[in-house]
Amino acid sequence: MFESDPLIESDIDAYLDQRVRKDLVRFITCGSVDDGKSTLIGRLLHDSQLIADDHLETLKTDSQRRTGTDDIDLSLVTDGLKAEREQGITIDVAYQYFSTRHRNFIIADTPGHEQYTRNMATGASTADLAVILIDARKGVVQQTRRHSYLAALLGVKHIVIAVNKMDLVDYSEQRYLEIVAEYTEYSANLNIESLEYIPLSALHGDNVVESSEVMPWFVGPTLIDYLNAVEVAVPISTNEFRLPVQLVLRSGADFRGYAGSITSGQIHRGDRVTVLPSGVSSTVQRIVTFDGDLDMASAGDAIAVTLGDEIDMSRGDLLVKEGENVELDTSIAATIIWMADKPLDLGEQLILQSHNGTANVRVDTVRYLLDVNTGQKAKATALQLNEIAECSISADRKLLFESYESNRAGGSFILINRISNSTVAAGMIAGPLSPWDQAPKDSLEVQDSEIGALERQLRYRQRPCTVLLTGLTGAGKSSIATALERCLFDRGNSTVRLDGENVRLGISKDLGFTAVDRSENLRRVAEIAHLMNSQGLIAIAALLAPQAEARARARQLVGADQWVEVFLDTPLSVCRSRDTTGLYEAADRGDIEEFPGVSATYEAPEDADLRLDTSDMTVDRCVEVIVTLLKEKGFIHE
Amino acid sequence: MQNSSLSPQRRSYLDSLESEAIHVFREVVSQFRRPVMLYSIGKDSSVLLHLARKAFHPGSIPFPLLHIDTTWKFKEMIEFRDRICAELGLDLLVHTNLEGLAAQINPFDHGSQTYTDIMKTDALKQALTRGNHDAAFGGARRDEERSRAKERIFSFRDSNHRWDPKNQRPELWNLYNGKVSDGESIRVFPISNWTELDVWHYIHLENIEIVPLYLAAPRPIVEREQNLIMVDDARFPLRPKEQPRTRSVRFRTLGCYPLSGAIESIASTVPEVIQEMLLDRHSERQGRIIDHDQLASMEEKKREGYF
Repeated sequence: MFESDPLIESDIDAYLDQRVRKDLVRFITCGSVDDGKSTLIGRLLHDSQLIADDHLETLKTDSQRRTGTDDIDLSLVTDGLKAEREQGITIDVAYQYFSTRHRNFIIADTPGHEQYTRNMATGASTADLAVILIDARKGVVQQTRRHSYLAALLGVKHIVIAVNKMDLVDYSEQRYLEIVAEYTEYSANLNIESLEYIPLSALHGDNVVESSEVMPWFVGPTLIDYLNAVEVAVPISTNEFRLPVQLVLRSGADFRGYAGSITSGQIHRGDRVTVLPSGVSSTVQRIVTFDGDLDMASAGDAIAVTLGDEIDMSRGDLLVKEGENVELDTSIAATIIWMADKPLDLGEQLILQSHNGTANVRVDTVRYLLDVNTGQKAKATALQLNEIAECSISADRKLLFESYESNRAGGSFILINRISNSTVAAGMIAGPLSPWDQAPKDSLEVQDSEIGALERQLRYRQRPCTVLLTGLTGAGKSSIATALERCLFDRGNSTVRLDGENVRLGISKDLGFTAVDRSENLRRVAEIAHLMNSQGLIAIAALLAPQAEARARARQLVGADQWVEVFLDTPLSVCRSRDTTGLYEAADRGDIEEFPGVSATYEAPEDADLRLDTSDMTVDRCVEVIVTLLKEKGFIHE
Repeated sequence: MQNSSLSPQRRSYLDSLESEAIHVFREVVSQFRRPVMLYSIGKDSSVLLHLARKAFHPGSIPFPLLHIDTTWKFKEMIEFRDRICAELGLDLLVHTNLEGLAAQINPFDHGSQTYTDIMKTDALKQALTRGNHDAAFGGARRDEERSRAKERIFSFRDSNHRWDPKNQRPELWNLYNGKVSDGESIRVFPISNWTELDVWHYIHLENIEIVPLYLAAPRPIVEREQNLIMVDDARFPLRPKEQPRTRSVRFRTLGCYPLSGAIESIASTVPEVIQEMLLDRHSERQGRIIDHDQLASMEEKKREGYF
């Protein structure tokens, strides 16, 4: 590594003092094969005078051999392996190092090949920033979208769009602005914290290190100016303190230190901490390092702590601030990037490795394949090399985790093949697996009935279905459900009524009224309705069911062709005035949290089979309309 | 380093690198049964040793050090090795390829390539196999040479100690996959992300002791094919009319003395070495004779099992 600071010659000690204070920025470069990415990196190093003379000599020899001219091919600076160099392509992640007067940089150079999603993900996993190249002649192409999508998926916060080969479009400002507009529109849906555009020519050096004289219309920073200035440090909040224990250090009879690298937040001597998953609390007695004890340590520090109490703690346990908690569950929903040639085998045993140690897991379902080119989701059941999917994973023990979005270290994992030991996937956790998605145990089988569906239809003189009455508290769900049940009974139909309140007295008595619990309550009701339908009965479910997602899942569970959704669309004021039990007032006071209509949203159905405004309809009239619909749909006879 | 606690928001570069290396050391000790640290006595090994001490403080280093002794190392290196290991109470394993020694393989008669293959690469493989080591730390850095730029921090080797550059495990975040079957192993490079300057700067800041050969002093030198070779003992076959001359030199890299090229220098302190290095514009391995043999020679050595 070479640096060109005048202090080196005049005062080496001052230079070194200054160098100690530099920080570290890790970035990835991505672009299509012909975007000139290798040339850009070569240009950065060359113009920063960071290529050693003997390397330069080798480059000249190599360049001559390949092109037959004396010009140095700057793309050769970063091409590492011999075979690849001969093919003229880079096929893996290569790391390059360079520094400026302000900063030190690690570049992960990742290839633009279509089939190498895994390399890009590898580089992005540790990057603060991504430089995405666009060929000015071609504009935003599929690979631009792919790279941007992956960078955002892996949580890279800052993206700089290097519009390269401006020399080939006559340094046209108009062309540059077209590309900016095109990319800005595309990237609006991506989760990117900061976005910067720079028009440049890596071949000629415009706007890489030196400002371009031929693009006076561009007033922004050069690439190197941008890299020097961008703020990548994450603000530290003390509540986020996380120390995954790597190993327990012992020395002598008394010393027992919990060693690891702090992944987020900050800790002080004397702080109260809790060990997860055991939940036992203690006090930080010492923060131990080779250079002496510290009063405080923060994210990135590799330390060891000792605690005031004797606690059983081992590798994979997590130390957090007292009162903090993370998820603990055997099932997770995660986005995984498949990195092995052999496709995923659903149900095959894999090893999951995270900061929580290792566990035996299996991927139970692949739910959606994510199209990195369009960002669209598609239903899928298989997963192949370089594909990305939302999956459900279950483990043979409880895993400690957080969502990747809220905490990169707490939400990342790799999957390892148990036979080859190779790393086959990288994963980012979305959260605990919703009960809707959990797979039943392998050993279970359906116990079939001897009575067929047709036999039941003939006996009961009806086709089974589930009627969901959904709406705000006070909309009239229970009243209509009771009246509908009476009406159908009197007509000779066989029904079962599932009132939200009734199920909470028994089968759902463990649930509260949070969004998660309401969703679970609906799931249980839907499961029961499904069982009842399979026995030939008509189920009438009266439930607030405020979430569109949960209603859609219930519809799917029961079967769309047996599902009748009735939306009681009654104005909130009317619902409030009907409330005799004081629920709305309690919600207003904050005594009840997450109350739909007050402190939580009721997502009105857009695709209901019926919409009834009970403020100007009687209960009987409502029942009449519903019964008419059931006849029309052929569930009951005329 | 102690100043790390002063600036929680922006961590200094060397603090980040140091923490990363400590993390890797701890990870290996947690994941493997029989790790060993390759100790070449060079400056990178000295840094590695220092980091290992930090990683397990106040405990002692929980694995042995392994030195591959070709019997052609500088005398000062061996003295340094024995003194440091005694002072720190380290568990040192020394291995020499005895068959090579019996066949009197030496750098003068057999050429650097054959000599290196037998006395270094083969010796290393023998020692790792005999010790049944499932992980071996090395001080290689990605900036050393172009083929190293793609090296992983946990680098998988098959049961013949071979590296397959086309079939490396993806390495994401700081989750390192250390799973191996019997006979297979992982080479671990905790200072992968360091540059030569970082190593020197860290040696300076941490006051790490290094073999004095890295600092300029008057030494007996002969000049061959533009390489300055130090005559370290009587085994050096002087050519007719060849006379060692005393010149002020230092070494950028240390290995077997007949294969280590010195550079003329008056830099007798670490900062002066750094200064010279930054003002000079040649890369580190220039003084290492084996590299001139062929283009991308290091890659081929690595495939065969060389560190």
